[in-house]
Amino acid sequence: MKTQQSIGGGRFSVELFTYGSGEPLLFLHGAGGLFEPDPALELLGRDFRVIAPHLPGFGESTGAEKIDNVIDAALFFHQLMDDLHLDSAYIVGHSMGGMLAAEVAALDVHRARKLVLVAPAGFWLEEHPIPDFFAADPRELPGLIFHDPNSPLAQAMMQMPEDREQMAAMYVERVKRMTMAGKFLWPIPDRGLKKRAYRISAPTLLVWGASDRLIPPVYAGAFKSHIRNCSEVVIAEAGHAVLHEQTQQFCDAVKRFLQQ
Amino acid sequence: MKFTWFHLMPYRFLPEDFKQKYHSVWVDIPRSLYDPKIGHQLYNEYLDSLEFADQVGFDGLGVNEHHQNGYGMMPSPNIMAAALARRTSRANLVVLGNSIALYNPPIRVAEEFAMLDVLSGGRLVAGFPVGTSMDTNFCYGEQPALLREKYYEAHDLIIKAWTARDIFSFNGKFTQLRYVNLWPRPLQQPHPPVWIPGGGSIETWEFCARHDYQYSFLSFIGHMHGRRITDGYWETMNRLNKEPNPYSLGFVQTMAVAPTDAEAERIFSPYMDYFYNRCLHIYSGFADAPGYRTIDTIKYGLLAQYGRPQMSGLSWKEFVDGGYIIAGSPKTVRERLTEALKTLRCGHLMALLQFGSMPAEVTRMSTELFAREVMPHLRGLWSEYQDRWSPHPLPPAERAQPAPIGGASAERTGTPRQTLAGREVSK
Repeated sequence: MKTQQSIGGGRFSVELFTYGSGEPLLFLHGAGGLFEPDPALELLGRDFRVIAPHLPGFGESTGAEKIDNVIDAALFFHQLMDDLHLDSAYIVGHSMGGMLAAEVAALDVHRARKLVLVAPAGFWLEEHPIPDFFAADPRELPGLIFHDPNSPLAQAMMQMPEDREQMAAMYVERVKRMTMAGKFLWPIPDRGLKKRAYRISAPTLLVWGASDRLIPPVYAGAFKSHIRNCSEVVIAEAGHAVLHEQTQQFCDAVKRFLQQ
Repeated sequence: MKFTWFHLMPYRFLPEDFKQKYHSVWVDIPRSLYDPKIGHQLYNEYLDSLEFADQVGFDGLGVNEHHQNGYGMMPSPNIMAAALARRTSRANLVVLGNSIALYNPPIRVAEEFAMLDVLSGGRLVAGFPVGTSMDTNFCYGEQPALLREKYYEAHDLIIKAWTARDIFSFNGKFTQLRYVNLWPRPLQQPHPPVWIPGGGSIETWEFCARHDYQYSFLSFIGHMHGRRITDGYWETMNRLNKEPNPYSLGFVQTMAVAPTDAEAERIFSPYMDYFYNRCLHIYSGFADAPGYRTIDTIKYGLLAQYGRPQMSGLSWKEFVDGGYIIAGSPKTVRERLTEALKTLRCGHLMALLQFGSMPAEVTRMSTELFAREVMPHLRGLWSEYQDRWSPHPLPPAERAQPAPIGGASAERTGTPRQTLAGREVSK
């Protein structure tokens, strides 16, 4: 179900997708935004009440100009939880959303009952530089995001509409999203999480696609060295888009961790 | 009509297979391709060319800022302007400009421009570009989403620093200063003329109109494709009820003059080829970081009714017919340039007379022919308008003269300059 929700006394109007019922699970998307409908969230919706907001600057969500940095974004999510009457929730974040989920949990340790970080951004390892996806040739993107860039899934995601106006609209939407993403990721996706991650007390699961070429699995080590209660699942034949490439395995791993 | 001789200061010796072998001339151009010994020769050669332009009667000498760029070797154009300040005396120093959002604090730009203005006797034009995405986002790491806001704040701070009569505090979002107290302050009052070099963002037009700044469209697409931008500028001026004064518009045009049209093609086509096919080999992923252009500007571009200019693989004839270059005999250049300037309503021409691998002697010939046989015929254009965007230097009698080099040391250091003699403070 999709609704438009006023957050923070009208400061933001947020496009909110919800799936299923059960214990609340807040999902924070990556720089690519949410799919409508999203197969992974649908599947998680069988066991949880999945709440997936579009961050301001994405889709129909407004108020992007009020968010300049990760702290603003984390406080936005705190406010969203307040307005949805969620004292705490399972929080799952993918890529940029993983970075923001970690900030949400570090700034207020009571918000996350459990935390799932899926190929999260937020650290920078000199010896494993994350490729500059802002400058990447569109033709190189499938190779960075997918285990198999020639898979039907990868091809479908890279499909451009033929109609000129639709293509222009898609381009504008992409620029809007990446503009917002740049506030957390440009030019290097490190905004000091390493100073704050020690605060995270929620049991944390890292999920990585074994062949992630955008944020390689070696980054799990950085998170594990900062977050005290942290385990890891690596899923084979999956890249950065692990939740869409191996949806069943991904959802099983998340479910097992959250319900154990 | 006013003419600025504009230099990009390209590296003239990129390898022949540059386009095939290398990713981009900008941002990640291998530093091994730069030989500082050649660089030494080039800087000096290029300063000679600019000084020559001063001698043959150009109104301005133009320099600009680029970073990590094989066709623009001036990370700091202020250094070149400082060198020119001492060896020229007539032409204005048109620094187009300093990307003010990049300097922390932006007071640095206010100070350096004030120094240049004082040093040159009030000949400075202060250019405030936002800066290209390559320079600002990719080379200097500025966040695309916040660049423009930072730029506007830097602008407000610099203007206030130049004009405030007393020390003030500045509480900005990006810059906080307890004591803003510019020392030295600019010679021109209230401040040097401000020109805003732009690449086609529609917000910049309104910004110029609101502040009565000159707008300079800097590109290499020439007068035909450039009309999309200048038309947009004039529509904005019209909508805001501003005077359609041609001197409020600057335009860069690549040009080349030879005794005949045929000679122009023979002499200049290799340099044009070098410029477009080696110098302008820019990786498209660096051209426009998401958030660098506003959504309004993107939509304006997407809705454009003019064709997009093609920037590589063109023949000499296509360069000429497409207006990328105005080239030929003095007569040909005169005619085409007059028509172009009238169509664009441009009162400040940025003449790009050195481009690509063009060596000094060819640059000199083309410059001299332009100054002698083209410029005088166009001087009267727009005489019904007042140029409110040129500097107001000190009258020659009040200007300091650099002492001749090699004079007796006592003569140079022992006595104060005549113009200051009456003002010596007695102890």
